[in-house]
Amino acid sequence: MIERTVRVTVNGRRVEKTVEVRKTLADFLRDDLDLTGTHLGCEHGVCGACTVIVDGAAVRSCLLFAAQMDGHEIETVEGLANGETLDPLQEAFREHHGLQCGFCTPGFLMTLTCLLRECPNPSDAQVREAISGNLCRCTGYRNIVTAALTAARSRAASARP
Amino acid sequence: MKPPRFDYLIPRSLDEALGVLAQHGEDAKVLAGGQSLVPLLNFRLVRPAHLLDLNDVAGLAGIRVDDGHLTIGAMTRQRAVETSALVRERCPLLAEAMPQIGHVQIRNRGTIGGSLAHADPAAELPAVVAALDGELVLRSARGERVLTPDRYFVAYLTTAAEPDELLVEVRVPVTPPRTGVAFLEVSRRHGDFALVGVAATVTVDEAGVCTAGALALTGVGPTPVVARDAVRTLVGARPTPAAFEEVGRRVVAGLRPDGDLHASSEYRAQLARVLSARALARAAERAAAGAERAKSDRR
Amino acid sequence: MPAIGRSVRRLEDRRLLTGRGKYAADFRLPGLLHGAVLRSPHAHARLGEIRSKAALALPGVVAVVTFDDLGDVGRIPTRLGHQAGNVVCLQRPLASEKVRYVGEPVAFVVAESRYLAEDALDVMEVDYEPLPAVADARRSVEAGTPVLHDAVGGNVATTLHTRKGDATAAMAAAHVRVRERLAVQRHTGIPMETRGLTAAFDAGTGMLRLWGVAKIPHFNRRVLADLLGHPEHLIQFTELEVGGGFGVRGEFYPEDFLVPWSAKRLGRPVQWIEDRREHLMAANHSRQQYHDVEIGFDRDGRIVALVDHFMVDLGGYIRTHGVVVPELTAALLPGPYRIPHYTAEARCVLTNKTPTGTYRGPGRYEGTFVRERLMDIAARKLGVDPLELRRRNFITPDEMPYDVGGGALAQRTVYDCGDYASALDKALAALDYESARREQAEARRQGRSIGIGVGFLVEKAGLGPWEYARVEIDATGHVVVYSGVASVGQGIETTLAQVCADELNVSPEKITVVHGDSARVPFGVGGFASRGASVALPAALEAARKVRAKIFRVASTLLEAAADDLVLDDGAVHVRGVPDRRVTFRELARAAVPGPPDMEPGLYAAHFFEAPMMTYPYGCHAAVVEVDVATGTVKILKYAIAYDIGKAINPMIVEGQLVGALAQGIGGALLEELVYDEQGQLLTTTFMEYLVPTVMEMPESTEVRILEETPTPLNPLGVKGAGEGGSSGCGAAVANAVADALAPLGVSITALPLSPDRLSALIRAAGDSR
Repeated sequence: MIERTVRVTVNGRRVEKTVEVRKTLADFLRDDLDLTGTHLGCEHGVCGACTVIVDGAAVRSCLLFAAQMDGHEIETVEGLANGETLDPLQEAFREHHGLQCGFCTPGFLMTLTCLLRECPNPSDAQVREAISGNLCRCTGYRNIVTAALTAARSRAASARP
Repeated sequence: MKPPRFDYLIPRSLDEALGVLAQHGEDAKVLAGGQSLVPLLNFRLVRPAHLLDLNDVAGLAGIRVDDGHLTIGAMTRQRAVETSALVRERCPLLAEAMPQIGHVQIRNRGTIGGSLAHADPAAELPAVVAALDGELVLRSARGERVLTPDRYFVAYLTTAAEPDELLVEVRVPVTPPRTGVAFLEVSRRHGDFALVGVAATVTVDEAGVCTAGALALTGVGPTPVVARDAVRTLVGARPTPAAFEEVGRRVVAGLRPDGDLHASSEYRAQLARVLSARALARAAERAAAGAERAKSDRR
Repeated sequence: MPAIGRSVRRLEDRRLLTGRGKYAADFRLPGLLHGAVLRSPHAHARLGEIRSKAALALPGVVAVVTFDDLGDVGRIPTRLGHQAGNVVCLQRPLASEKVRYVGEPVAFVVAESRYLAEDALDVMEVDYEPLPAVADARRSVEAGTPVLHDAVGGNVATTLHTRKGDATAAMAAAHVRVRERLAVQRHTGIPMETRGLTAAFDAGTGMLRLWGVAKIPHFNRRVLADLLGHPEHLIQFTELEVGGGFGVRGEFYPEDFLVPWSAKRLGRPVQWIEDRREHLMAANHSRQQYHDVEIGFDRDGRIVALVDHFMVDLGGYIRTHGVVVPELTAALLPGPYRIPHYTAEARCVLTNKTPTGTYRGPGRYEGTFVRERLMDIAARKLGVDPLELRRRNFITPDEMPYDVGGGALAQRTVYDCGDYASALDKALAALDYESARREQAEARRQGRSIGIGVGFLVEKAGLGPWEYARVEIDATGHVVVYSGVASVGQGIETTLAQVCADELNVSPEKITVVHGDSARVPFGVGGFASRGASVALPAALEAARKVRAKIFRVASTLLEAAADDLVLDDGAVHVRGVPDRRVTFRELARAAVPGPPDMEPGLYAAHFFEAPMMTYPYGCHAAVVEVDVATGTVKILKYAIAYDIGKAINPMIVEGQLVGALAQGIGGALLEELVYDEQGQLLTTTFMEYLVPTVMEMPESTEVRILEETPTPLNPLGVKGAGEGGSSGCGAAVANAVADALAPLGVSITALPLSPDRLSALIRAAGDSR
């Protein structure tokens, strides 16, 4: 086949689209669903800017085809905030200056969102390991690590009764 | 950097997939995790007429132990192997190598079979399977055959699989007691393909005498290099640092690695020597600790 | 609480964190077409026939543009570092007759999607007649080497000379002379967002609009107007979010002509988004220099002369930066030291490689490596502690302003102020130098190789000649700042808001900042050369002051009170002691048109801040590294930067700039290199080969000390600039630390990057020679 109709759930919303099979998931999100928060920095799976969450796992959306996503659940940066209220991780990035130009940021947010679900109280080393597949050219990473650790603490604090 | 046109096929069963390969094998590429293949597609360095996606084929993923072997289905995600308690317990070398493959986003999608089928000599998994004398199970519409690593890995990015054959699972022997393992590598950056990587195991008896060892290297030849003869010199004695260094020297004696952008031939040889000695030392240390533990458990 | 000096949270962040920021590739128009560039696979070749028939026959392919279609198109002019003789080396938007580097644009394909445009590239046919290529500047200058541009009559485009005193005589009389060959490798900025542009032409009005421009929109609009022969007022440039600049992004490149040209010709909007492979071969490279440098000392270890002969590899053409990188290298090579006699000769050499431009700290990263490495080598030869040697030679605060002897960017290098010895002390304290030395000694006893090194740098910032700002209270009472600066992701919106906030007594969060739009901001120079804080902010500050005066003027009329009795508070003015007698900004803005008779109508004001002289921030990098001698790998254990920027408007942003720049500096020191083979093929065309540092390559700990010890007298804020100093000293500090670690082995470090392969080769060679 050269086209396929896929039914996917994106940020909780069900979508049905017919796509050319060679279209990457990243281009599908950006062009067909207008979710341009997922960025393309290299298109060969190194930079991590296009990281999204598929079925709970952080993956490179430049290395997947939209045609493969039938029946799957996708989360992107646009799904993190609750209306105008930032997610604690987003809030921590703002508070700790974890972004400058912001281009790589969605990829970091999605990678760390996954980490904090799997490992709610990560060590500094675990955070570094988790984001080692995401390139940032502006921040030098230090504030990103701080933001992630802070977000973990604030999540833990808000989870306490 | 957008992929060229291809015909996309997404079979639901292994038979269906093998049928497609029987028909289109020469012009088809098999898509597993896609972490190596899709970059090549995006660069248009490969232009298959057909892309055969295995992700919906039932029954190709899973980890089990039977018959003294750990068996891993080809479509098992690398991350699943990394986090598997069974793997950690029964095949610690594999468990140690897994986190050194790429990054978590890669391992979340990348598969065991995909990496072994891609046969990159810089990759960790081929070396691990080679060090452990694993078995690679190939299936086609014609039947099944089982290959040892030395027969399966043929050349750079090339395996013995025929165009109609599919790697369906890999088996490695369960690691015997009093065995220490280590996987060490040097890469330019964390998560990059290693310049050289070394998989090592050392088994000792209750007296601490080495009874077996294995060593396989990435990045020093067109396929994983297994240093059987060099390691044999350890057997029959209590391992010493001098002995490990001697193994390291023997390992490189026969090597003429190709140089590239990041590592000259001389440097790769140097790494092979240094990392072999270090990996064996670490493995032996762990083996000794394991033997101590076993002793104290019995007491 | 004043906003200036406070780590105000950034105004930019909310949209960027929620995926709402629109970058170049996120911009959409109905009927948008997509371009792709056909690039030369040859480093040097005669260009023959280009056959587009097969491409045009593909479904969805709209046009193929080649040089012959462009008519009499000019060359892309220089923006900085102009030399009259270099015009023949300037690049045209598409190759004609010859290609001179791998990646040079040969044709531009336009199709209904990027996928289809790439399908078209696959079937384009071009006849090339390959010519011998030269990929090494050192070979390029030899006789008999292939010549790139016949009109140059060789491959040396220009030789630049700097002279202070009589260095030859002083060197001859020196007590000790130290001469070294030092080299810095080709690497570059690599913003995470590749370049991209969208253009649309309205045939009815003649208006040509561009989105996704960056850095210098006003300058580039003029260049485009000239190249297209299109009236400037009928071109509108609009910046979107910019995913990093670093000197590379926003210069006028061939594609910046091809996209609007095609949109105009086709009558449909055209978008081109560079891919990463293209970026690595098409966007400016930088940094590649070879120095043959000699320094002379008197008996007391005081520098008497510095003589540097260096070569800069320009690549195949001269681009918009002209020869500004060699200029800056020579202008700041002396750094913080009193050097009475100084000569530099810079040969600007053409090679069959990607053309070059500036990259964060241009000339300073290279020059600092050369000078600071040389100081360490000299210290060893003199038998003096390297820190003591530096202290002995620092220019002192009472010698300021200090004329270094050279110049760049059409001005002499005159340091405005500085206390270098203090910055060195602060960096050493931040590193905890004494205990680092103790730990080093202890580690050596255990057989571990730890080294400590410093790199002292003098930066330049605040390049003029001016910047424009306009501050306005709109009719709904909102404060708007229009600035001629451009964003490259550095947080300039926030700091612009901060300086206006204090003048107008509103919180910065309530201020809107507009920049990078030629229709809304009529004048501007742009965002580069660490000029935002020291040139754009003073412009905004002065404009805000003028508006403040107008607010009081209008309010005193409305409230019938003397201006001295009025209080400005949170978007309103009231009479002191009588809070009820108040008017809001909204009311004031409406009353200000036309307003009192003796006032220029409208609650707004513009200001041009002129900066004829640059300011010179300075600082010190200090590193502790460990080298695994058996594998040649380097780990940075601890890092410290002390950097004096006069005044930090937003310390959080300043620290972010320094640590971010440091990552790039570490990339240059250890990882990043654009490698060519002898035939001029670029071998590093993906992120698998070109290695940008990840979090794992960053130091285990980084201490930053922002110093405000010497505010500059050159602007009312006292602020210098923080964009580049976090990078410039890093190659030097890391190299010195590695050299220190390996000193017992007799290894000498003279080139970057310090890859494990190269270090191992040096260690092996040192072992063989002992």
